Amino acid sequence: MSVDRYEAVIGLEVHVHLASRSKIFSSSSTAFGKEPNSCTDPVCLGLPGALPVLNRAVVDAAVRLGLAVGSHIRPRCRFARKHYFYPDLPKGFQISQYEEPLCEGGAVEFRVAGEARRVRLTRIHLEDDAGKNIHDDSGVSFVDFNRAGVPLVEIVSEPDIRSAEEAAEYMRALRTLVRTLGISDGNMEEGSLRCDANVSLRLHGTEKLGTKAEMKNINSFKHVREAVEHEIRRQAAVLDRGEAVVQETRLWDPERGLSQSMRSKEHAHDYRYFPEPDLPPLAVDQDWIERAQRSLPELPENRYRRYTDALGLSAQDAGVLCSEREIADYFDVASKACAAPAKKLANWIINEVLARIDDPRRLAAVDLPVPPVALAELVDLVEKGTLSGKLGKDIFGRMWQEKRRAGEIVASESVAVVSDVGLIEEICKKIVAAYPDEVVRYRGGQSKLLGFFVGKVMKEMGGKANPKTANEILLRLLG
Amino acid sequence: MSRIQPDEVRTIAALARLRLSDAEIERMTHELDAILEYIDTVKNLDTGATEPMTHAVRFDCPLRQDEPKPSLSVEEALQNAPRRRDSFFEVPRIVPSTGEGG
Amino acid sequence: MASPQVKGASIAELAEGVRARKWKARELVESYLDRIARLDGRLGCYLLVDGDGARRRADQVDATVAAGRDPGLLAGVPIGLKDIFVTRGLQTTAGSKILRGFVPPYESTVSARLAAAGAIALGKLNMDEFAMGSSNENSAFKPVRNPWDLERVPGGSSGGSAASVAASLCAGSLGTDTGGSIRQPASLCGVAGMKPTYGRVSRYGVIAFASSLDHPGPFGRTVEEVATLLEVIAGHDPCDATSIPSPVGRYRQACAAGLAGMRVGVPEEYFQAGMDPEVEAAVRGAIDEIARAGAKLVPVSLPHTQYAVATYYLVCTAEASSNLARYDGVRYGHRTAEASSLEELYSKTRGEGFGAEPKRRIILGTYVLRSGYYEAYYGKALRVRRKIADDFRAVFDKCDVLATPTSPTAAFKLGERQADPLQMYLADIYTVAPALAGVPALSQCCGFTKNHLPIGLQLIGPPLGEEAVFRIAGEYQRRTYWHKRLPEDPS
Repeated sequence: MSVDRYEAVIGLEVHVHLASRSKIFSSSSTAFGKEPNSCTDPVCLGLPGALPVLNRAVVDAAVRLGLAVGSHIRPRCRFARKHYFYPDLPKGFQISQYEEPLCEGGAVEFRVAGEARRVRLTRIHLEDDAGKNIHDDSGVSFVDFNRAGVPLVEIVSEPDIRSAEEAAEYMRALRTLVRTLGISDGNMEEGSLRCDANVSLRLHGTEKLGTKAEMKNINSFKHVREAVEHEIRRQAAVLDRGEAVVQETRLWDPERGLSQSMRSKEHAHDYRYFPEPDLPPLAVDQDWIERAQRSLPELPENRYRRYTDALGLSAQDAGVLCSEREIADYFDVASKACAAPAKKLANWIINEVLARIDDPRRLAAVDLPVPPVALAELVDLVEKGTLSGKLGKDIFGRMWQEKRRAGEIVASESVAVVSDVGLIEEICKKIVAAYPDEVVRYRGGQSKLLGFFVGKVMKEMGGKANPKTANEILLRLLG
Repeated sequence: MSRIQPDEVRTIAALARLRLSDAEIERMTHELDAILEYIDTVKNLDTGATEPMTHAVRFDCPLRQDEPKPSLSVEEALQNAPRRRDSFFEVPRIVPSTGEGG
Repeated sequence: MASPQVKGASIAELAEGVRARKWKARELVESYLDRIARLDGRLGCYLLVDGDGARRRADQVDATVAAGRDPGLLAGVPIGLKDIFVTRGLQTTAGSKILRGFVPPYESTVSARLAAAGAIALGKLNMDEFAMGSSNENSAFKPVRNPWDLERVPGGSSGGSAASVAASLCAGSLGTDTGGSIRQPASLCGVAGMKPTYGRVSRYGVIAFASSLDHPGPFGRTVEEVATLLEVIAGHDPCDATSIPSPVGRYRQACAAGLAGMRVGVPEEYFQAGMDPEVEAAVRGAIDEIARAGAKLVPVSLPHTQYAVATYYLVCTAEASSNLARYDGVRYGHRTAEASSLEELYSKTRGEGFGAEPKRRIILGTYVLRSGYYEAYYGKALRVRRKIADDFRAVFDKCDVLATPTSPTAAFKLGERQADPLQMYLADIYTVAPALAGVPALSQCCGFTKNHLPIGLQLIGPPLGEEAVFRIAGEYQRRTYWHKRLPEDPS
């Protein structure tokens, strides 16, 4: 196969659940994982006579997202009805935005293997989610409307993405962004982030866009990569055979790792958009935009640059710290309380803290065994030499286990390094006297034997001797 | 010449998920033809730069606070369901190849 | 205690009697239930009579009075609700088989407001299916007959609401008006009915036909009764994003305020060929009477009137095709017995559940909203709609209220116009333009044909100009006796 002849042109439509307490157009709860059909109201069930009323917090979240990616926020935007029939769609239409969306333009900046990438956005608009269809083997399906009316933003990119890898990283960047903004929990496993991918191919060096196919039902980074990769190979094969790619919608089947066409007469549709008569145009004034702008936290890409440029972290370390909002937040809090170099602190977080948790989002938990200031304290003790590196790691382990602070453990159990010069000198003299042969060999040129003496001193002192002091004294005694 | 043919009515009925008998299609084609002819009179009016009137009120969309209120009970939600199983609405098996919209 | 004479009784005297303990709310309810039991078999006004519920609520009102607490403006007044208002625990069908058996788990804002004011809902009133029609013959369950002539239609779509008030099967009622569905049946049944300003009365819990045009509103025998009911149901509702936040006017006061200094516009486009001469004579007579009362008559023009019916049918069918998409047999209402696929579930359920008129409008609405057709039809209609609204805006610089006929003819015979939907649509000529513009409009009786059929006068005001309308209507009514005529009880 000659996939390499072609350049992939990919645009993503990413749907993100916004983290409001009540639904976008009604007041039942958005809580996840409740009993089926226990979080409903007349509006989200599409009962006759029910009317939508827009949730301010949802608009605010979308405005903040728009500002974070540099979109133009329309002073007036409109809602529109998008019609199709499906059991999980209670009204027979989705309330979305069509001709005048809330946000237009903007771009998402992110890294692929440390290299900066920028994907332009077409638009960001608000809409309501559908319920959930559940299939089983009994020959019928079931519908749960708890999710119906959960607020969504749809983020539509320009076709700026060129590979499956990049598509996955783009989606990952969006997830980090919405989580940094605090507007979504970004829970992939709960379907808080889903995407459709438009994929087309063209010969390298050509400008004209090829015919695209739309891949639906993609709900993880892994699936984005697989689905796009699969579609690129499928289209390349079609083109290689001299055939034309058919413009169509294809459903990605993650289980089987393949897609199938959704073309069929039965599913013929025409969304028949028209302005939602139940909702007047939405106005977002300059005051609102300025307030939202002031409320924006430091964005992931700025954070990354601060870590690499101002703090001198490696691209790799900065990448790890920025991969989840909670890691970077943890680092920032610890960093403020810590005198040690950022690089040292980063190592502790990456090697010790992250090794102990399976989900980095746990770092925001209030009952975290080692909160960031506690780590800062420990790292400073090690940096000052109060604790050896080895001892520091042991103590970190105990802090994590026992939820105690480093200072407390050190004070109560005198585990700290002994820096008493007199005491260390006494032990050093004892050791030098006990190994006369080694002293002769050392003085004869085997300077590597210094380590042997240091080791003996440390052993004698239960590992608590300040290694720097012991070194200096031994050098003098042996010298 | 007719403005609308039975086949077009059939296509639209399919789009609207509305099963019509052949007799209904025939009659409706006839009626719609007359109605569309009449409706076409609006096309004679030059509306130039007139803004579309999408709403009869002139204020902006009101916004509500993000405060959850109690849900309907599961029983209330399902009390009118023609078919249900446990806490779910039941529908014929969905061949998972539609998933329109989104 | 005096036994209340309910036939022809006014809302004010009924409520006053309850408050003054002249009679009990329970007695009023029993009297109306008795009339319904005796007469409604012939008239067909009610789709559902909630006798037990009405008695229970009447007893509560009586207990409130006995305890010395305020029972509300509408203390114990028996009213009827068009079956388009959802009522918690009480079947609501919108006159359609597709909603047969639907018991809403919530209550419409306006029916809740009536109840809070002490009114007693007797039941749910018959209507054209999903409020689509002008004769009430499109009810999926049964036709309503005009109390003035049982062979004739009561008008529609709020036919049950108008006929029940005319026949004293309730003291007042609620209907909805999308293109004339309050005013035209009020006209044909000889009662008063008002379509208030769009957004003045909440649509929450009102089953949608065409959302940007649906106006809930009251019926009464007199304009004061309409004013009283409107004071109770009007006002801002946070559950309806198109609900107007400004305060409610003093409509009852306006009815008695006189019309000194008012200018009444007479639009030439509303007096053209096609009108029954008897209707024209009665309406012209009413306008003369208004002039004699001291109003200044102003000839005016609403130049886009000729496009109103076409525009209306474009807008309302497009919105209806959307609003009716939810009836799919999944969550409520009719569901086809056999469906082997989703496609069948939908198309059979909807094909079986909807009657001819909703089907026609769904097809037309789907046709005009299709991709590629939107601008030519719906988009165009919205622009023409703006021009029609601008006509009204301009004309209200020259006058305070417009006076026109409500319907080009008096009540017609059942079956007479059923074969030709377009002719039925064209009869909406005088009522659709105010609906498109969202301005308030009232119909009241202004005479009878030689066949003893009522004729309606339509009074149209500017946005939120209900009080101006009531001033003219109240003064005209004070000077005439049409509203005192009652139809004979059917035998």
